[in-house]
Amino acid sequence: MNRLLLNKIILILSTLSAVIGIGFLFWILITLSYKGITSLHFSTFTNDLVGGGIRNLLVGQFTMALMASAIAVPLGMMAGIYLREYSNNGKLASVIRNLSDVMMSAPSIVIGVFVFALFVDPFGGYNSWAGIVALAIMMIPIIISTTDNMLALVPKELREAGIALGGSKHKIILQIVIKAAKVGITTGVLLSFARIIGETAPLLFTSANNQFFTMDLTEQFPSLTVSIYNLATYPDAESRELAWAAAFVLTMIVLCINLLGRYMTRNKK
Amino acid sequence: MSGNLFKNFSFFSATLSFFILVGIFAVLFSYAQDALHEFGFDFLYNETWEADEDDEGGIFGGYVPIVGTLLSTLIAMAIATPLAMGIAIFLTEIATEKLVKPVSVAIELLAAIPSIIYGMWGLFYFAPIVQATVGGNGVGLLTAGIVLAIMIIPFMAAITRDAMNTAPSVLKESAYAMGATKFEVIKDVVMPYAKGGIIGSIILALGRALGETMAVAFLIGSVMSIPSRVTDPTTSIPVLLANNFAEAQDLEMSSMYYLALILFVVSFVIISVAKFYFLGRKAA
Repeated sequence: MNRLLLNKIILILSTLSAVIGIGFLFWILITLSYKGITSLHFSTFTNDLVGGGIRNLLVGQFTMALMASAIAVPLGMMAGIYLREYSNNGKLASVIRNLSDVMMSAPSIVIGVFVFALFVDPFGGYNSWAGIVALAIMMIPIIISTTDNMLALVPKELREAGIALGGSKHKIILQIVIKAAKVGITTGVLLSFARIIGETAPLLFTSANNQFFTMDLTEQFPSLTVSIYNLATYPDAESRELAWAAAFVLTMIVLCINLLGRYMTRNKK
Repeated sequence: MSGNLFKNFSFFSATLSFFILVGIFAVLFSYAQDALHEFGFDFLYNETWEADEDDEGGIFGGYVPIVGTLLSTLIAMAIATPLAMGIAIFLTEIATEKLVKPVSVAIELLAAIPSIIYGMWGLFYFAPIVQATVGGNGVGLLTAGIVLAIMIIPFMAAITRDAMNTAPSVLKESAYAMGATKFEVIKDVVMPYAKGGIIGSIILALGRALGETMAVAFLIGSVMSIPSRVTDPTTSIPVLLANNFAEAQDLEMSSMYYLALILFVVSFVIISVAKFYFLGRKAA
């Protein structure tokens, strides 16, 4: 009964892998929550980094991620619209799709180096715009591929109905096709937002970090993730506690946005 | 907005990825010129990384970070590949319908956790375990490799699962009717359909592991030396860039760009191979 035994062994090993995978998720989440919640105080949210809190870091991280989205979402969506609605799926479209996929997997630290050369070095110092551009570069290919895929799901008949009504092409796209794909694209935007708000590497030497509250985009900008990296490696207990609190808050934000995105698509079906 | 303007803007946006990619290559290449001239290809196997006292010159070789990157990735792949395959098999062939959804969500959430969290968690919770069981001082190649593996598993498992789902269920059912075991169905029916996707997912995960910065930065030790044991600390290209790029001067800076260029070109090639030869794009 060798083949039955082999079958059993493989099935047990596979189940074990799934258990290990989920085990790690829970292990990470439980230790993170324990450390995070015990280190959180009300003042953590009201003080800036200089006073032992994360208020400016949260505002800074969100500001940069939102600004990056403001650049990446329109550009990415327009690129997706070109690929699906204007390109006739020709050679050029497939080249662009492949390049965009390659860009999606480019190492984030390399993007940081690239942006440093263009936006930090020539301007004589770290600035928030550099961080925003780096995050936008990470986000654009994700938005392109989501828009592209979601527009592909919109039935041809809807476009034809628009044409039959005498609508011009861009009106049909804006008022019919995009509306039909709204939920899918919004989910994609949320998921990519969740991805870039947790990014550290592209910010390290673009916007760097700031202990104080600022909204001046030409300055070094406060960042939650960069602060976690710095604080966690300091030897004193207080910094580490703050790092755990920040890490916990960051993970909760990322996971909540993720779950929200998933919930939205589920509701539609 | 008039129709033409709209169309032109969409075309411009679409070509942006091309220009950004070319831009990254051009910028890295031109900033790496000094190091390229000075060290040429010897850079790849020179172990020394030393600035002169006046900070203006020195001898810089990329051997240590290159080896560190390759070794940590190798360890991660060796651990992640079988586990990711196992998870994909579990999700497609073993789990009941009630289980598939929550397990999938859990695996995808694991993929959503920012890499810096993996790094920090690994430093405080995983490194001590490695230290107690295998020795060394906690941070080093092995710890970095294992945590890196945990990071890429969900990514690999998700693509593998999708690839395995492409096998038609009629074929699987026929095989079961002939008395095949689940393993035989996976091996002989599912695999021929999924092979390309699985190899593609492994290569994509490889590309991701090579470029991963934050998880490794906490755990690899950031020491400029070739590890002689698996628990020894060393460094990798992304980690060296993360920690030392901004402070570097002149020739050292140029050498950093050289390293970034190597990393960029290698991941570009890896991802392209995975995309063009194995994954193909799901034509819609």
